[in-house]
Amino acid sequence: MSEFSVVGKRLPKVNVWGHLTGTARYADDIQLPRMLYGRLLRSPHAHARIKRIDASRALAHDGVVAVCTGADMPERMGIMPSTQDEYALAVDKVRYIGDPVAAVAAVDEDTAYDALSLIDVEYEPLEPILTIEEALTREDVRIHEDSGRPANVFKDVHLEFGDVEGGFQTAHKVYDNWYFFEGTTHAPMETHSAVASYDGDGKLTLWTSTQVPHYLHRELEKVLGIPRSRIRVIATPNGGGFGGKSDPFSHEFAACLLSMRTKRPVKFTLDREEVFYAHRGRHPVLMHLRTGVSADGDITAVHFQSYLDGGAYASYGIATTYYTGALMTVTYKLPAYKFDGVRVYTNKPACGPKRGHGTTQPRFAFECQLDQIAEDLGLDPIAYRERILQPANSRTVNGLRITSMGLGQCLEEVKRSTRFPEKHGQLPRGKGIGVAGSAYISGAGLPIYWNEMPHSGASVKVDRGGGVTVYCGTSEIGQGSDNVLAVVAAEQLGVLTEDVHVVSGDTSLAPVDLGSYSSRVTFMAGNAVRQAAGRLRTLVVEAAAAKLGVPADRIALAQRRVYDLADPAKGMTFAEAAVLAESKNGTLVSVGSYKPPKDISGDYKGSGVGPTAAYSYQAAVAEVSVDLETGIVTVERITEAHDCGRALNPPAVEGQIEGAAYMGYGEAIAEEQVFRGGLHKKPSLLEYKLPTSMDTPEMKAIIVETIDPEGPFGAKEAGEGPLNPVIPAIANAVYDAIGVRFDETPITPAKVLDALQKNRSRVGPEGLSSQRDPKAAMRRLHATTDAREKKKVMS
Amino acid sequence: MLRLPRFRMEIPRSADEAARVLRELGAGTQDPGVSGMPGMKVLMVAGGTDVYPNMKRRQLAPEVLVSLRRALSRDVRADGPASGATIGAGATLSSVSAHPVVRSRYAALAMAAGLVSTPQLRNMGTIGGNVCLDTRCNWYDESGFWRTAEGFCMKTHPSVVCRVATSSPRCLAVASADTVPALLALGATVTVRSAQGERTVDLGELYREDGIRYLTIRRDEIVTEVALPPAEGWRSTYLKLRDRGSFDFPIVGLAAAVRMDGARVADARVALTAVASRPILVDAAAKALRGSRLDDAAIEAAAEAAFKAARPMDNTSGTIAQRKRTVSVFATRALRELRDN
Ligand SMILES: Cc1cc2nc3c(=O)[nH]c(=O)nc-3n(C[C@H](O)[C@H](O)[C@H](O)COP(=O)(O)OP(=O)(O)OC[C@H]3O[C@@H](n4cnc5c(N)ncnc54)[C@H](O)[C@@H]3O)c2cc1C
Ligand code: SF4
Repeated sequence: MSEFSVVGKRLPKVNVWGHLTGTARYADDIQLPRMLYGRLLRSPHAHARIKRIDASRALAHDGVVAVCTGADMPERMGIMPSTQDEYALAVDKVRYIGDPVAAVAAVDEDTAYDALSLIDVEYEPLEPILTIEEALTREDVRIHEDSGRPANVFKDVHLEFGDVEGGFQTAHKVYDNWYFFEGTTHAPMETHSAVASYDGDGKLTLWTSTQVPHYLHRELEKVLGIPRSRIRVIATPNGGGFGGKSDPFSHEFAACLLSMRTKRPVKFTLDREEVFYAHRGRHPVLMHLRTGVSADGDITAVHFQSYLDGGAYASYGIATTYYTGALMTVTYKLPAYKFDGVRVYTNKPACGPKRGHGTTQPRFAFECQLDQIAEDLGLDPIAYRERILQPANSRTVNGLRITSMGLGQCLEEVKRSTRFPEKHGQLPRGKGIGVAGSAYISGAGLPIYWNEMPHSGASVKVDRGGGVTVYCGTSEIGQGSDNVLAVVAAEQLGVLTEDVHVVSGDTSLAPVDLGSYSSRVTFMAGNAVRQAAGRLRTLVVEAAAAKLGVPADRIALAQRRVYDLADPAKGMTFAEAAVLAESKNGTLVSVGSYKPPKDISGDYKGSGVGPTAAYSYQAAVAEVSVDLETGIVTVERITEAHDCGRALNPPAVEGQIEGAAYMGYGEAIAEEQVFRGGLHKKPSLLEYKLPTSMDTPEMKAIIVETIDPEGPFGAKEAGEGPLNPVIPAIANAVYDAIGVRFDETPITPAKVLDALQKNRSRVGPEGLSSQRDPKAAMRRLHATTDAREKKKVMS
Repeated sequence: MLRLPRFRMEIPRSADEAARVLRELGAGTQDPGVSGMPGMKVLMVAGGTDVYPNMKRRQLAPEVLVSLRRALSRDVRADGPASGATIGAGATLSSVSAHPVVRSRYAALAMAAGLVSTPQLRNMGTIGGNVCLDTRCNWYDESGFWRTAEGFCMKTHPSVVCRVATSSPRCLAVASADTVPALLALGATVTVRSAQGERTVDLGELYREDGIRYLTIRRDEIVTEVALPPAEGWRSTYLKLRDRGSFDFPIVGLAAAVRMDGARVADARVALTAVASRPILVDAAAKALRGSRLDDAAIEAAAEAAFKAARPMDNTSGTIAQRKRTVSVFATRALRELRDN
């Protein structure tokens, strides 16, 4: 029998009924008396100066109640305090097609829609910057004039660890490849929606489908100019987020301001096309990966360069840039590592965090290159990886602390399950099998704004009937975070998850949690709830022990009973014990909090991105068949093993593995957020080729448990990591099937067919296009960066 | 959600009444080549699965919609194998694809109807609407906002260029209905009714190589029925290239039908969709097959003919090379399938 009564059990999620039947109350379901409907006017230009905005015709239109523009909210904002370059609505300039310029509130949606065409905006079009190369080189066109960096560079970072030059010198062979990962978007089922209501007493409430109610709370204060104490943000259940609802958005500010102006509730719900413009999705990244290996395959040095196409604004871009480099070191032994990352601005919707945030693209490059190395060494790609694993309880060359590490077990599991060694390299032409490993963080080691406070806080209340309420600022985005918190509280207090009520995502009711991003909730909020519930557990145990006349360490809690371990018949119900505890101690409310430990990173500028209290690990095997005549790649099966520390709820972990694998599958095979002259080429679910249930492969999810020493009951993340290995596994399987290396995504039938017809052995980028001598541009960039760094040191 | 523009709805109770209403509203004088698609003020609607999304995107902005829901038959009628079949234009794609006679005698049609989009759309979409489906183009099937940003094109604004090929004198939007190549391969005719009376048109005559004036019938002519000749001796099949296993329009659609006389091909038809502005009956392919034993050489010749007939442009998903190549692969596969089964 397991030591747990709730943890590890295959129980239904606490909010499953609402999610399955559609009765969950999403933001767009909210209807308030006298509510107005808002809509955003968006820029039809990729890059233009706003000369004049005249909303008088719209205001005069029957049914229009209020209009606002950028001038009404001139405060800069953005998710990362150090790189705020956005406005609630565009001020002076628009920077991509779809950039919000003005907002209307009207009595109904049709009127709001009609009124948009009555807002007169005069633009002075500017030349748009649309590619990484242009962004690096065009000094004459600046998307953000005051960025303080050359051309359209948003950020460039340079890190070096160990003896890189020496590593390459001693290498038996140096692999030198370019890769390109195409941009993709999250496409959550629920489009973004928000309802704001400003009351007569000067208090503002915003219901919104956000992953980050706390960060949004801060930005609302800043932009709206009213104290945070008068603002309440309620994160409604998100109908999917995947990172796409982690920024403060125009419609949220507009809803608030228009409600403040009209003293009526205002609702904004984006249409599907607008979600493609709001974006904040996966960055397109051009990558240059050089890896030195010894004669028997040990890695001697890695130099990785990434060029990120960031789109028009910062978003999380500074973190994304670092993330493309940071986690390269945590899977396999790297004695020396150099990383150069550059993120540029372009006139396209801003990129940001999407499931796997910044680590997905380099992982694709690395795992594809390892496949090639293993092939040259004549080694099975799983055996090769197993040979070079980074050990558990170690430090990486870039200073990251590793504790539990289950990549080896994951590889073993997928090997056994698929009988990989019997198939790889031995299937008939057109059939292939491929493998890849990866890792992810269980929550970012640092918050996005500098502070010493907990990352996650929770309070737990036990009522007189034995009911338990958990209050935590986390945002339920469908990933099951409410359920995780319920499981932790129930296990601690010996009740069932159905006895637990979770109040999440409400900045007024719940203690701060930083939000549902970076796969941090299970680990951090789980630990906070564990601590809070643990404190009440102690009180309940003491009260019951006194009553039963046995020592406290003989008291157990399970199945709503508090009993004597030595004589389980001797005991009482949890409710009775709770009454005893409350009689003795007063009201049963406790708090708990969590903050990652300090010693988990190195000490250098840029060391803040990458550390986490625990890394999750995963390995995936893809089996594909390629139609040699039409180029159609069918992924027959994905087998993925994931080290989640401990599965608090196994079906929820399996669900995350499956969902992540399917998302990765879509990115590998079809999805692309692409543009034609600045205009999104496929801003609809018909043309953006999200896989349907008819396409998704057969899937086997395997849970690997390493019982992390610091996770709640040993748990680590399961939300993002499982996406990462799927894409390179598919690319490697395609290689196994047809002998063509896909060093770029997506692997579409058209590309496969083209490669087969032209007898290509590789499809991928050749490097930065040499048209305008980007090497010179990069030299210039590095020269100015060096100069700036030097200046900083001097001053 | 995108909103529908405001419009009025007429719901006539019979085909006659519908014809009268359309005449009274002057639907027959409309010419999208002159007014652009949004300039058409009176439109018929059957299942609405094409019309309503296009209205939401403001590709269409009719003042009046004439609903055909009550005016059209939804029946599939077929007697013995020696006679043909007639399908009321109001029959849904689901009912067509599930109909036992269609499945057994007109396999290509059952398959094509069953491959349209999703179950939900097949439950609403009609065969009449599929036959009259608007042509498609990824510069046109976009929202009003998107097209404003782009600057529009000939199909909505006749004075503007075609974005796909700026020197093209005509719109290159793509014929995209799945059932049409199947119906062409099966030798279908359609009955067309207007206030002036009724006539029968070979399905092939219904279309024109012009993305705007893609139908040869007037906008007050109602397709009331699709008729199929006797299927005795014929075998048929349909292959569709789309990006995903559901939801997507064809980017290549190929139907093939053969009638064997002993070991020889007595008659054959190969038809294509999604590779030009009109569906194409590939006569050269039929010629290559007739009299042959459906041997590999004949199939190859037919595939080559289909390849030549396909003229895809870069205005759908996929690439031109991929789609052209797939036409010949599909032709080969379809004909081999008909030979071997
Ligand atoms: C997401 C999506 C995917 C789709 N995928 C496919 C696909 O894969 N394959 C495919 O073929 N189609 C597809 N369609 C288009 C459409 O669903 C089908 O073609 C359907 O059969 C249209 O029939 P309807 O009755 O809904 O037509 P409607 O929308 O009612 O009408 C379509 C056109 O035909 C005219 N019309 C309708 N009935 C008649 C009549 N009896 N006489 C004269 N004119 C008439 C209308 O005026 C209009 O111009 C898709 C649509 C959507 C929205
Ligand atoms: S083919 Fe040309 S004219 Fe026709 S819809 Fe497309 S862009 Fe417009």
